[in-house]
Amino acid sequence: MEIIKPDTHIDFSGKRKIAFSISGLMILISIASLIFHGGPKYGIDFAGGTLVQIKFHGPVKIPDIKKGFKSMGITSVTVQVFGDPKDNEYLVRTDKSGITNEGFSDKIKRAVTAATGQEAQIRRVEMVGPQVGKDLQEKALFAIFYSLLFITIYISGRFEYKWMLSGVMAAALMGAVYALSLFTESIAILIGAALLVTLVLFWFLELKYAMGAIVALIHDVTITVGLFSLFNKEFTLPIIAALLTIIGYSLNDTIIVFDRIRENLRRQHKSSFDTIINNSINQTLSRTILTSGTTLFTIIALFVLGGGIIHDFAFALLVGVVVGTYSSIYVASPILLAWQGKTHKK
Amino acid sequence: MIVASIIYLLPTFNPGIWPHKKINLGLDLQGGMHLVLEVQVEKAVESTLERISHEIRADMRKKHIRFLSIERTGDNKIVIKLKGQENIDKLNKLLDADYRDLRIVTRENQGDTLTMVLDLPEKEVALIKKMATDQALETIRNRIDQFGVSEPDIRIQGTNRILIQLPGVKDTRRAKDLIGKTALLEFKLLDETHDLNAALKGKVPPGSEILYEVKVDPETGRTIKTPYLVRKRTLLTGANLKDARVQIDSRYNEPYVSIEFDKKGGRIFARITGENVHKRLAIVLDNRVYSAPVIQEKITGGQARITGNFTTEEAHDLAIVLRAGALPAPVKILEERTVGPSLGSDSIRQGLMSMLVGGALVVLFMLIYYRMSGLIADIALFFNIVLIGAGLAGFQATLTLPGIAGIILTIGMAVDANVLIFERIREELRLGKTPRAAVDAGYDRATLTILDANVTTLIAALVLFQFGTGPVKGFAVTLSLGVIASLFTALIMTRSIFDFLLTKRKMKKLSI
Repeated sequence: MEIIKPDTHIDFSGKRKIAFSISGLMILISIASLIFHGGPKYGIDFAGGTLVQIKFHGPVKIPDIKKGFKSMGITSVTVQVFGDPKDNEYLVRTDKSGITNEGFSDKIKRAVTAATGQEAQIRRVEMVGPQVGKDLQEKALFAIFYSLLFITIYISGRFEYKWMLSGVMAAALMGAVYALSLFTESIAILIGAALLVTLVLFWFLELKYAMGAIVALIHDVTITVGLFSLFNKEFTLPIIAALLTIIGYSLNDTIIVFDRIRENLRRQHKSSFDTIINNSINQTLSRTILTSGTTLFTIIALFVLGGGIIHDFAFALLVGVVVGTYSSIYVASPILLAWQGKTHKK
Repeated sequence: MIVASIIYLLPTFNPGIWPHKKINLGLDLQGGMHLVLEVQVEKAVESTLERISHEIRADMRKKHIRFLSIERTGDNKIVIKLKGQENIDKLNKLLDADYRDLRIVTRENQGDTLTMVLDLPEKEVALIKKMATDQALETIRNRIDQFGVSEPDIRIQGTNRILIQLPGVKDTRRAKDLIGKTALLEFKLLDETHDLNAALKGKVPPGSEILYEVKVDPETGRTIKTPYLVRKRTLLTGANLKDARVQIDSRYNEPYVSIEFDKKGGRIFARITGENVHKRLAIVLDNRVYSAPVIQEKITGGQARITGNFTTEEAHDLAIVLRAGALPAPVKILEERTVGPSLGSDSIRQGLMSMLVGGALVVLFMLIYYRMSGLIADIALFFNIVLIGAGLAGFQATLTLPGIAGIILTIGMAVDANVLIFERIREELRLGKTPRAAVDAGYDRATLTILDANVTTLIAALVLFQFGTGPVKGFAVTLSLGVIASLFTALIMTRSIFDFLLTKRKMKKLSI
């Protein structure tokens, strides 16, 4: 069986203007949503607070659950339905921490049972103090930082086999970050700076493949984060894990397309760069769609059947895989082309 | 290799068949409790200084050094004020002889009054803090061992934090109370010379304090607080205990904790009770009065009992904490994650369900799309999962819910390598190559790309492993195992199957 016929010739690079506008628009929406929501919405892992998962024996009203918490002196709670509404399961969150002392679950159980008139079962309690929240935030940012660092070093050497250059990259990047770390403690700023330094270095060292890959990667992560913010979903530790996985996955796709481009460059000297890129994407299209397809099968299974706890995690992966596949075709390669066009004009 | 994997996996499905351990389930799957405690080491420093200042006071009295005042200040210093050269000389001698650890911060003469400020050097303070953390860890481990939790994980995190993982604990409230209790047992006399009501209105006499007895009515759930005016001076602490056991009162059929003092404790207890007959002695645990009986006579046996409307469980747990000893400093819960067993089993069920459905979809798809070769890829996929499972069991890694998600993700991604190879083979076949040549070319050309493409995922997974906690670490483990296993199955296993079919079976046409 074949989905993509071998003689498929879709003019991908010809549509790059459309693609760029779509991507640009998506990124704009993402950033706008982030600004509108005042930055990403942190879950209790990062913001600190308490989360209680309660299952009721029968249907209850959300205001009644709130009333139950109010009777214990916990006023600022948000209640949301967890999983399937007919399971009568709810997630209650408050930004207060340190309240889970002596017999907390028992008291909550009694209070909400009394307020709702339905037998309650406390299924999960998570409390993260503000200090730990800050630590976890730092840890997550470090994880993002280091994976970006390693991946940057890897792709800067990988595509054109300039490992010496990659070593220079690494040294320059680490030097810059170290210098900056003397002035600021904010890891978020460090990550931004490291990205900027990377882009500038790629530009001056003319590592065009690496440039295409990293831009695609930033594109994917920005849109995933933006969509999360748009749907008002929370950032937790597993979501960070999903983001890092997306980075790996997106690069995986890009590497395969780029490898084909380089292989075709060696074989077809006479064709224009434009044609080569188009041919390469078309040749790998079948595998790109197949792999994304099988991966999507499994992620959708996880999204639908995996239960409430893993739901957001699966959502992040879902978005990431779709956007990652799109970007390896419509973002990474066109950037290569745009770059090539620039240098040829000179 | 496959055989070895199956051997590792066997105990998971059929426990007891093999001496090797089965796959560990994370707290999110089997239920349990994850706690991060902070040992409030500052308090340990404070109490050390408090003790030292008491000792100096006693020593000065013993050596007839007359002093104006000695007190511990809030910033962990001891301030001594005294008059007269003779007293000052004697104090210097005392400090040189018995308190060499103390550092003299300032000495100030105002007329003939000397104000001396002492503190502990940083090194000493650091040592006290470290000792407090170590001792807290030891004490908590003791308590948990006596409570009976299978395979608890208790360790120090950073400088003064303790990470506790109790898989499978059902009564999390009890476990938490047991761990978090400082369990400082003190015997203090009631202040019966002053008026309790006046004290409650704010006129607390110096040297005394108000402590409460808290009782919970088991029927109404209401708490009743009774105030006591208690002298601050501690006569005896739980440090002098030898044993603590649960007993049942034969008259009221109520459990109580009987405690036995060690030799020194027994002597002190006899003296206290002998000197204070007909006075009331408060038994105070963590600043809560448990009872304040009237001393009827001198008690010489070195035994006492703690009563206080306990349930059997409460009495049992109290005996444990008293036996294990007090924490050197109070602890504060910084992070707590409790998962009920029902939620855990739901997660397992849902995780396995999505794994089955997702896996079935992929298997079916590969079969339809690549027919015979798809079957080969599916076999590889099956062994891929076996390898991940074996890896988990072999490395004694923990399987968490995100870990299951990692396996599911791997199923989707693992066929990628085969898809790459198969698409290449198809291309080569289209160019008119023989099946043999097409297979060789397909594998040769795809191998490097596959290796490289997986490196990026591996980088992300390894970083996650380094920085992740608990569940996320589980994800990193299954993802890395999955990537490595898929490389093995796709590049080596499927190739051997193709080789076998093409050379041994002399297959002429390739079903792909």
